Amino acid sequence: MTQDVLITAEDIGKHFPLPQGVVSRLSGRPAPAVHALNGVSFQLRRGETLGVVGESGCGKSTLARCLVRLHECDEGRILFEDQDISALSGTARRAFNRRVQMIFQDPFGSLNPRMKVRSILSEALSVHKMRPAADIPARIAELLDLVRLNPDAADRYPHEFSGGQRQRIGIARALAVEPEVLVADELVSALDVSVQAQVVNLLLDLQDKLHLTVVFVAHDLRLVRHISHRVAVMYLGKVVEIGPTEDLFSAPRHPYTKALLDAAPELDPTRRSRTVAARGELPSPINLPQGCLFHTRCPHALDRCRTERPALTPRSPDHEAACHLTEFGNPETTT
Amino acid sequence: MTDLAPPSERPRRLALPRPLILGGTILLLSIAVATFPTVFAPYEPDAFDYNALLQGPSMAHPMGTDNFGRDVLSRVIHAYTIDMQIAIFATIFPFFFGTIIGALVGYAGGIAETLFGRVVDAVITFPFLVLVIAIVSVLGPGLVNMYIAIGVVGWVFYARITAAEIKVQKRLDYADAGRAMGYTHMRIIFRHLLPNAITPAVVYWMTDMALAILLGSSLGYLGLGAQPPAAEWGVQIADGKNFMATAWWISVFPGVAIVLTGLGFSLTGDGLAELLRTKR
Repeated sequence: MTQDVLITAEDIGKHFPLPQGVVSRLSGRPAPAVHALNGVSFQLRRGETLGVVGESGCGKSTLARCLVRLHECDEGRILFEDQDISALSGTARRAFNRRVQMIFQDPFGSLNPRMKVRSILSEALSVHKMRPAADIPARIAELLDLVRLNPDAADRYPHEFSGGQRQRIGIARALAVEPEVLVADELVSALDVSVQAQVVNLLLDLQDKLHLTVVFVAHDLRLVRHISHRVAVMYLGKVVEIGPTEDLFSAPRHPYTKALLDAAPELDPTRRSRTVAARGELPSPINLPQGCLFHTRCPHALDRCRTERPALTPRSPDHEAACHLTEFGNPETTT
Repeated sequence: MTDLAPPSERPRRLALPRPLILGGTILLLSIAVATFPTVFAPYEPDAFDYNALLQGPSMAHPMGTDNFGRDVLSRVIHAYTIDMQIAIFATIFPFFFGTIIGALVGYAGGIAETLFGRVVDAVITFPFLVLVIAIVSVLGPGLVNMYIAIGVVGWVFYARITAAEIKVQKRLDYADAGRAMGYTHMRIIFRHLLPNAITPAVVYWMTDMALAILLGSSLGYLGLGAQPPAAEWGVQIADGKNFMATAWWISVFPGVAIVLTGLGFSLTGDGLAELLRTKR
């Protein structure tokens, strides 16, 4: 099944340098940095929802921000319709911003507290010249209706809304410029569970109606399973496994994915597993392990894993994993 | 059944903070007096009356007379014109330019911020008054030169306050949302960040106007600001300094005027801080 690819990430890396003293700077040692992304590669296909999961600190949010160019990549490149996005400037850059929009995690920080909803939306509409000035009020009502808010919401300030409502305003703002791609960074993780469902279902409806391509960054596995067509699992700034949702959840090919799935709470006590799938702590992203990034915690680590970093390789149709162990099949199907 | 309307339907009343009401009243009165001093003053401010030298407060002269027989009340009232002018003109340019520079520097960060930090350090190392006196003595005494002197030094404080606040705001998601929208930096700085960052600068501005009056009076007292025989509170206090023991009213009433006006500005600042507080 080949669909047209909208965004291609090619081996992207992002490092945040740490403050460095004069002595260590003169000593010529490499500058310490937080390695947030270490060679992330994947393709985003038109119309799909790609779930991105991983522990906190694995680089999910950094990846999301690189995709909309809030961060510039230090290595590799991101292609949007075969255009390197870091080369875009001026009008082309603005057009890219319009077509790839982001929805933010923090419902309390993502809206300007001094602007009414009407000005937030009309600013986006007028800067990108989406509608002639006369049609803007009608379009604002339409957008609010789209995210299921009352039309009178337009004349209120963000602090008058609940978290879920604010996230919907954030969605309306992104939709105002009629984007093709929505990057949702932990869209609902700050919300109550009951409200989460509302917002997520709204997103699914909108995707259907507007033919959106969605990158859904989250740490909630059940949520990601519910809405994604494909899932990418990240560990220490690298995609370690990517594949169709059901395939990945039922037959994980990477030991980390398996560990992540095992760690999810299970309601049925008879099905709870007691095996420890990953031991120890997440290594520091400042001093990355040699070889496979996961070998320090992997129960199956081989000598080879300590020296050679595995690349993403196909395991089954459309399903890739980066692990030496499972290169010749999936030896660990035991529970 | 209750007859309580839900919160959204309750009529919204704009409740002004009490300090703002009090401070605002004082300031409005001060401005009225400053604009129309002749309406309030019983005498001409520099009319000599050699038959009434150094008289204490009485029905004819509620604040007494000075050593030339000038009515102290009339001089205090006429001084409002000059001192309110000092409060406004000595601070409005520092407020305006300091805030803009601070916003740009805070947003840019990096080298611009480091250099700016050095400038701030250099300026605040000197005692403010000494620096202003030095500049005035180079330019020559007089009100306009005093405004220039205060402005050259004063913008730094506004810039520092605004830069710090912008640095906080620019890390919030709504700033990133603006960038992701492809908005220009100028739009993000001045339309999105500055309205959320300006409150401390506005509050400081109010305090600074009180300080400017104090500074203006100090310079007037030292003979570097308003020049005698102009009616200005600092000049008046200087006029009365030789008669403190026998005719305290010459210096004390202008002092009271300074305190009262300063109080008006401070209360207004407090009230504005409350009124402009960002709701989240």
